[in-house]
Amino acid sequence: MTVTRRRFLAGASASAAALAAPAFIGRAQAADPIKFVSILDQSGGLDIYGKPMVDTTRMAIDELNAAGGLLGREIELKVYDPQSTIQFYTQYATQAAAGDRADVVHAGITSASREAIRPTFSRFQTLYFYNVLYEGGVCDLNCFCTGSTPAQTVEKLVPYTMNKWGKKVYIVAADYNYGQITAQWVQKYVADNGGEAVETEFFPLDVTNFGPTIKKIQAAKPDLVMSALVGGAHVSFYRQYAAAGMNRSVPIASTTFGVGNEHKLISAEEGDGMICAYSYFEEIDSPANQDFVARFKAHRGEGAPALNELAARAYEGAYLWAEAVKQAGTTERMPVIETLRTGLAVDGPSGRVTIEPKTNHALQNVYLAELKDQAFQILEVYEDQPPTDTLLVCDLVADPSQAVFKFENGLEAAGIKM
Amino acid sequence: MDLVAAVGLQILYGIANLALISLGLAIIFGMMRVINLAHGEFLMLGGYTVVIAANAGVNLWVAMLILAPLVVGVIGVVVERLLIRWLYGRMIDTLLATWGLSLLFIGIVTSIFGASTATTISPPLGVVSIGEYTSSAYELLLIGITVALGIAVFLVLKMTSLGLVARGTMQNAEMASALGVSTSRVYMITFGIGAAISGLAGGLLAPVTGVLPTIGAVYIAKAFITVISGGAAILAGTASASVLLGGVNGIAAFLTGPTIGEVALLVTAIVLLRLMPRGITGGLFRKSL
Repeated sequence: MTVTRRRFLAGASASAAALAAPAFIGRAQAADPIKFVSILDQSGGLDIYGKPMVDTTRMAIDELNAAGGLLGREIELKVYDPQSTIQFYTQYATQAAAGDRADVVHAGITSASREAIRPTFSRFQTLYFYNVLYEGGVCDLNCFCTGSTPAQTVEKLVPYTMNKWGKKVYIVAADYNYGQITAQWVQKYVADNGGEAVETEFFPLDVTNFGPTIKKIQAAKPDLVMSALVGGAHVSFYRQYAAAGMNRSVPIASTTFGVGNEHKLISAEEGDGMICAYSYFEEIDSPANQDFVARFKAHRGEGAPALNELAARAYEGAYLWAEAVKQAGTTERMPVIETLRTGLAVDGPSGRVTIEPKTNHALQNVYLAELKDQAFQILEVYEDQPPTDTLLVCDLVADPSQAVFKFENGLEAAGIKM
Repeated sequence: MDLVAAVGLQILYGIANLALISLGLAIIFGMMRVINLAHGEFLMLGGYTVVIAANAGVNLWVAMLILAPLVVGVIGVVVERLLIRWLYGRMIDTLLATWGLSLLFIGIVTSIFGASTATTISPPLGVVSIGEYTSSAYELLLIGITVALGIAVFLVLKMTSLGLVARGTMQNAEMASALGVSTSRVYMITFGIGAAISGLAGGLLAPVTGVLPTIGAVYIAKAFITVISGGAAILAGTASASVLLGGVNGIAAFLTGPTIGEVALLVTAIVLLRLMPRGITGGLFRKSL
């Protein structure tokens, strides 16, 4: 495309108008469909997370439309695939906000992608949902983080596994903001529970040879390994760990294993005994969840993937937004945000999910489960857990003008004692 | 002492791993000067062949050692006939075409098997103990297979008439053609063998790393760095570059961590190519294979 002066001026004045007075831009006529944009990786190394999320998002929108849409209008779902590339995230985020004029955007898998696009949605005043478990710390009026955070999951996982297996912990984590900050949370909870984090190692997302690390783990002789590894390549860690016979001597607990359906990727012998904590497991024994799983299998048809926290929360996230639109009676951004922040709740497959207004995070059930024969067996349930990590640093009720990521420079910089 | 032995073994495995994923690429690049950007996908296809065959009840060893190279070798020959042979001598065009091919393979495999295939095959064989340390016996086997593969390629190139013809074509295609060699057939066979070895490597690594449609991207950069650092000689180049880069990577990864390990590998390759722009065998062992 060549940029002529006329086109440039038209574009510049339009975007100036959009920035200056978004409320005056006619959003939509009553009959126009409501625009719901989803930006999730469906190819590249992160597709193991993104594909099931897109499936459940699609199912939520289909169900809402089958029930008559929202406010008498149909919901139009537009899905972009950023191909596990941050650059495409920023491109599609701008497209969704400025081009499509989306009413809501549900987007991002890695924390790196979230931080790349969150400012875009603030700037364009486009309502943003991030439905993925992450390290906590986002404090942004425009952004709703519905996934679980370390205070909800790691805080349960660390003492449980330390009581069961012992106090010496070896941490392996992915090398970007999620892994770095989550490793700090693990170190903190290990220390809080009187244990010792003997070593912490970080891995770029494309590492597949974990041999040197496995030898180091053998030399360090920990009681358990805590893994925050991410993506398709890192699945090799669990295989190579089992191939060296380590899974029988030093068990693994993980903050990420299973949300990419890794438990279906490795065999039963390799995975048995691993312990994880999430706010959803496909194996939750409740009528609501059994119904959800059956509907998903029918909706997705043959080859339906296993369900995990990310997939379930993408579905519940869509319903949280839909409920807010219904109660607000409009899709306008501020009324919807205000409605969500009244402590809005939906009863989803994971149980009740309630928006916490100080942080725009969610109160949610947390389940602790052990892997057996490629399925999780639920050990403990903790109901309505608050995001206490983010509550330590964020109060949007006192100061709604915030749009920051408090843990950007680590926990100590955010004033959390290690 | 046990630790030294265990780490030494680990480094040896890292070297063998590099050589294994690079050998197929080295043959195609060294013999034909074709830069095959779909190399990673050949490895991926080998992995999928093993997974599908094993899930269908085929013996794992048959799947890894026979089916994977066979299937990918045939795919290689088809690719050469349909695509590569029109592009000999046009390096940039081949680059683009094979890159497109790589995207096509990823797309096809994703649409057939989904983004994350259940690869429930575990590394066969058990565990080997070295004092207090344990290693996978399968890793030892992979080291052995890599060495055997290198010897086999050497013998074929050095002892058979096919090897002689292939080396002749590699040195001077026009002269070989004038002497009655069908260079087109030599290229087809070479590409097929290169693809088959890539398929074998992908199949052998499937139980260790798992298989995803996009797993090729993980291998391709390392394979290219190894082949380019090695230079023109197929075997001596791959072997010397694997020993150097795999050794540096293994030692740095053990002493510091995987990030520095990868950085050390790349820095070594950059320094090496600055000092020897034509790779190790461009400077040393020039007469070798």
